[in-house]
Amino acid sequence: MRAIAAIARKDLLVELRTKESVPAMALFAVTTFVIFHFGLDRDRLEGELAAGVLWVTLLFAAILGINRLFVAEREQGGFDGILMAPIERTSLLLAKAGALLVYLVALELIALPVFALFFIEEGFWEAVPRLAAVILLADLGLAFVGAMLASIAVHTRARDLLLPILLLPLTVPVVIGAAAATKPLLSVPLETSGVGKWLAVLALYDLVFGLLAYAVFDFLMED
Amino acid sequence: MAVEPATDPARDAERLSPAEDAITLAGVVRRYGERAALHNVSLRVRAGTTLAVFGPNGAGKTTLLRMLATLLVPHEGEVTVLGHRLPRDAHLVRPRIGLLAHDPLLYHDLSARENLRFYARLYDVPEADARIAHLLETTGMTARADEPVRNLSRGMAQRIGICRAVLHRPEVVLLDEPRAHLDPEAAAMAEPLIGAAAGVTRVLVTHEIEHGLTEADRVLGLRDGAVLIDAPAAQLDASQVRRLYGVTA
Repeated sequence: MRAIAAIARKDLLVELRTKESVPAMALFAVTTFVIFHFGLDRDRLEGELAAGVLWVTLLFAAILGINRLFVAEREQGGFDGILMAPIERTSLLLAKAGALLVYLVALELIALPVFALFFIEEGFWEAVPRLAAVILLADLGLAFVGAMLASIAVHTRARDLLLPILLLPLTVPVVIGAAAATKPLLSVPLETSGVGKWLAVLALYDLVFGLLAYAVFDFLMED
Repeated sequence: MAVEPATDPARDAERLSPAEDAITLAGVVRRYGERAALHNVSLRVRAGTTLAVFGPNGAGKTTLLRMLATLLVPHEGEVTVLGHRLPRDAHLVRPRIGLLAHDPLLYHDLSARENLRFYARLYDVPEADARIAHLLETTGMTARADEPVRNLSRGMAQRIGICRAVLHRPEVVLLDEPRAHLDPEAAAMAEPLIGAAAGVTRVLVTHEIEHGLTEADRVLGLRDGAVLIDAPAAQLDASQVRRLYGVTA
């Protein structure tokens, strides 16, 4: 725990100081909402279309943060410093996933009100408590898979190209589960039936991919 | 004046006696693709002594250091550090070694003190703030300790890198051109931490031949990954080492 807290704290401190990831993610999400707003030529969205727009935007915005997750380690030698330290290497995964989770929550705190402003006429704030559960479970899956794949991609010259190619197929279940769970919450009138089933699917994804990332990370950090 | 915190008695009990080998390599091969960066390298370094490693660019010096630092694994042969076989027992070796690489391994957006605190947490350094204050004072960096590393000169970053490398009181320090970017005053300040006075086992990679020979007890000369010199420093003169570099004059 000591090492996880130290690495995550360092990442959040660096982000707070440089503002390299979260502002870019938030700006990307807001811009994408504007593009959808004009591209779809719709003032109001509901149901599956609203859920699809929200989750595709959040996923693509997340990629920006995931891409930069290990850049300081790569460019400033932190990989060697951390890998030489007497800590479990999986501490690095858990710390990076934790930091990414914070980035994603910060992104959503900005993006969701903007999404509601652009596309949702009524009932959005009633849906927020259940939507928060969907978002948190989806974020958890994205954080584990994102941290695992970012640690692979950062060692390649084509990092910016490789990461989306690796990440998008693996996060299809997250988008399916999150969009399906979000659809009734953004319907008019608000529905809640079926949300629980998709929350369970997201929780299962988190468990499977969390364990997978934990199991392979040591191997990924091998010389 | 920052007071140096006391050392850990449990760690002191683990320390090797001067009669023991701190590092041994036997028939070590390390390849990058088809090319052998180290080819059949064998050596022994007694505890508390200094091995100077010379060789032209691409000779395998950095590969050797990274292998001893547990960052690279040998493809053939045996590597033992502080009585532990690598890579199998790397977790036992890591708390007891320190690396000063080409790069000082510091986060540019954190201050020198924040960087050292971060590494102190990773190494679970007791009385970390006092230890950090002592190291910063020793290297003359107290006044600049709270500035982001990106604002420091390369030489100042090197001084903080030295503090980072010895923060956890390693028994073996791996030094890759430790005096690079340091002015004479800074180099003198670093002596108690990484010089012979530190009393630890040192592997010193350098191109400063005269200085390396002065510092070393034993010399390893590498060229194209092979050992061309493995002899006590007292039996060598600078011209013999220069021949490694293709300089005959």
